[in-house]
Amino acid sequence: MGLSEEDWTAILLSLRVASVATLASLPVGIGLAYLLARCRFPGRTLLDGIIHLPLVMPPVVTGYLLLLSFGRKGPIGAFLDQCCGIVFSFRWTGAALAAAVMGLPLMVRAIRLTLENLDRRLEQAAGTLGARPLFVFATVTLPLAAPGILAGSILSFAKALGEFGATITFVSNIPGETRTIPAAIYTFTQVPDGDANALRLTAVSILISLVALIASEILARRLNRQVASFS
Amino acid sequence: MIEIDVALTRANFALQVDFTAGNGITALFGESGAGKSTVLHLAAGLIRPDRGRIAVNGSVFTDTQSRIFLPPHQRRVGYVFQDALLFPHLNVRQNLLYGRWFTRPAEGAVSLDQVISLLGIQHLLDRRPTTLSGGERQRVAIGRALLAAPRLLLMDEPLAALDIERKREIIPYIQKLRDELDLPILYVSHAIEEVARLADRVILMADGKVVSDGPPQQVLGPKAGPGDDRFARISILTTKDPSYDPTYQLTEVSHPAGRITLPGRIAAGEGPIRLVIRATDVTLALTKPRELSIRTALPGKVEGFSEPAGAVVMVEVRLAGGEILAAAVTRKAVDELGLGVGDQVHCLVKSVSIDDRLMAVKD
Repeated sequence: MGLSEEDWTAILLSLRVASVATLASLPVGIGLAYLLARCRFPGRTLLDGIIHLPLVMPPVVTGYLLLLSFGRKGPIGAFLDQCCGIVFSFRWTGAALAAAVMGLPLMVRAIRLTLENLDRRLEQAAGTLGARPLFVFATVTLPLAAPGILAGSILSFAKALGEFGATITFVSNIPGETRTIPAAIYTFTQVPDGDANALRLTAVSILISLVALIASEILARRLNRQVASFS
Repeated sequence: MIEIDVALTRANFALQVDFTAGNGITALFGESGAGKSTVLHLAAGLIRPDRGRIAVNGSVFTDTQSRIFLPPHQRRVGYVFQDALLFPHLNVRQNLLYGRWFTRPAEGAVSLDQVISLLGIQHLLDRRPTTLSGGERQRVAIGRALLAAPRLLLMDEPLAALDIERKREIIPYIQKLRDELDLPILYVSHAIEEVARLADRVILMADGKVVSDGPPQQVLGPKAGPGDDRFARISILTTKDPSYDPTYQLTEVSHPAGRITLPGRIAAGEGPIRLVIRATDVTLALTKPRELSIRTALPGKVEGFSEPAGAVVMVEVRLAGGEILAAAVTRKAVDELGLGVGDQVHCLVKSVSIDDRLMAVKD
């Protein structure tokens, strides 16, 4: 297809950002989904709302809020920089953070739904057999929720690949650092004669999405067969 | 031994039970909503009582007074659910061994090999639960519970979801369990034949309370029968010495009052054979009838009448040997025969009306 070095940089960066965003948000997403599906506590509805905010707010607003809190001068950003040397602003890690935050509501929704539909008596059965709650979670709850966790991860990954507004607001559009595929396409459309380049990357984008969807479908079918209930 | 003395109040339900149960099968019997399963949930620690105490072999599971509540995983009770609840992502062997993660080898009263041969599940070990029949699933679930080295076995209507064939398949295994393991078993059921067949003792529950408690013949018998539904009134006769007639495929068993004929072949096992006879299947005659299709006629003495107001009268007849057989007849028939307390009658029982399906050996 004749991809330029610049294209490859954007593609590899996008894949890295999306993978890191998905993997890093997975434990958080599972934890939040479990909390929302299983626990009753004051402020539960509020927490649910906050998690879902990035889904309904303009992405630029999410990006700006990230910049305010995770930027070098933001309270969280400054703290992380000083204590652990973690910097988000204008780095690919910031792009991953933005993608993770944008994808989190989708991930939490998918996992929460599976947890709510899971037959809790299976967990009770494991308990009566002597398994402590953490062991039950690891050996019964997680394997049975695997299809939902997979679905949530795919959604989050796809969202991360396509994320544009929050990313460009939070970490700008720096070639090789934060210029992901959408940002690169946007850049090409802003220059004369950029159409061919933009189209090439668009094709790549479609290809990656398709491969991810098909792979997840195959995996999901296999997982579903494994944990299928009896009825 | 399990000691239970608990009380629990919910929005529209109150439970208050107090009993102890030793080794063997103690059936909790009653209509749905009577609180039978709640008792099992309390014993397993799946719910907490408002007040009370539960102890097994002296170790305290729950004691609201001294604020003790052992979580389920520390109780070591085997729980067999109505729908087996095998882990769908594990195969049969992994399901069986799940509880083994948490028991020290010395605690394991039974070995995997013992359980496999006790329940006849050798050929299922590598299968997935989804591929098993209902009866096979239930056997695996029982095995899984046993391998967790339980101090108490709780069985919550383990046969209710199975058809009659599967029930027949699994009942002998539960009997073996009862006879071979030194384990108190609480067995929840609302099927009278099942309870009559399996239980050493029956606790009849209604509206969250124990209504009566004793051997099956007494608790389920005509004097204590549940409700005034005439179809629910039964008598249990304790019989023995089955002899099979292959020509007619009938079994004769002996009762102090005479021989009783029933269809099918019943194996001579250890212990008595309890026959469940519905009051509506018993006919009364003043003289021993001849030229009738009925093969069983048991002489006895009228001991009393109940429900004399409506169309139907329950006549309680004391048979030789002391057991009572109830007959549901119309008030008109009682009057026309001039039946009174102390009269000699013959109780006629149609052989084919005795449900042999949970007792008979299949050829």
